[in-house]
Amino acid sequence: MGILDGKRILVAGVTMDTSIGFAVARVAQEQGATVVVSNFGRALGITKRIVSRLPKETPVVELDVTDQEHLDRLPELLREHVDGLDGVVHSIAYGNPETLLGGKFLTGPWPDVAQAVQVSAYSLASLSNACLPLMGSGGSVVGMTFDATVAWPAYDWMGVAKAGLESCSRYLARDLGPQGIRVNLVSAGPLKTLAAKAIPGFEELESMWSDRAPLGWDEKDHEPTAKAVVALLSDFFPATTGEIVHVDGGYHAMGA
Amino acid sequence: MATTEEIRADLAEIVNEVAGIPADDVQLDKSFTDDLDVDSLSMVEVVVAAEEKFDVKIPDDEVKNLKTVGDAVAFIERAQNG
Repeated sequence: MGILDGKRILVAGVTMDTSIGFAVARVAQEQGATVVVSNFGRALGITKRIVSRLPKETPVVELDVTDQEHLDRLPELLREHVDGLDGVVHSIAYGNPETLLGGKFLTGPWPDVAQAVQVSAYSLASLSNACLPLMGSGGSVVGMTFDATVAWPAYDWMGVAKAGLESCSRYLARDLGPQGIRVNLVSAGPLKTLAAKAIPGFEELESMWSDRAPLGWDEKDHEPTAKAVVALLSDFFPATTGEIVHVDGGYHAMGA
Repeated sequence: MATTEEIRADLAEIVNEVAGIPADDVQLDKSFTDDLDVDSLSMVEVVVAAEEKFDVKIPDDEVKNLKTVGDAVAFIERAQNG
């Protein structure tokens, strides 16, 4: 018996076995879910290989969240594998590391910022909307944030995009609530992923975190984050929406 | 036990499949980035495919040391024997 028995879940944004989405897909399958994953562009080739490392056979669909045609055809692609959706995991973000991250805040050019906001924040709304035809009451949307209430070293414009994501999830919670669909975010501590490695100066955050978090923090262990995502997908948070659950070893609650 | 040449040939097939580089160009002295134009994303896929093919684990920290095809073949040989 798992807490996702019989649930059909889309995990958008799985590239490597170090992706947060990969850990979510694994824990979801262990908890009984049927999982479909998505990715886009050239990284899709990696995804198709890496899903063989998941406990169950996992279909991969192509989805570029910035491509309206991809969003429009998503329900059709998903119906080849599942007859509906009970949950959607948004594990998607991008900011040009050359221009937007690692101390380039003051000179970040608008087209790159616009792309970061579109891919990392707006897409929570567009992905949820695209999946609506497949979702009914009891559905759950979960996204990944990195605490956007404060400024961080190196994170720069991705932090602004995450602030947009956090606000976006609250408005989605408002507008999807009447349909019985919950929208929540998990605010994880720094995790070692392919994406994180592209952020110049990210190691600085990692060492800070393990020193200050009362529970400590292992940036290589994605399981605590994946478990929280799975819990939010499950029926165990039936009256929780517009919420941000911190999975950060307690770092956010400490003043120093 | 696979010979050096067998591993090179299998790896060349993977590089061809992932990055479209003619398998014959994938020789031991060739650099992935400088000679074969394998970019970082393709390299990630080559590593994943090689791990499956050769049943070895190639840690992230190790990948940056695998500059040439010969480096990769030597690593795979060591990993298989270890």
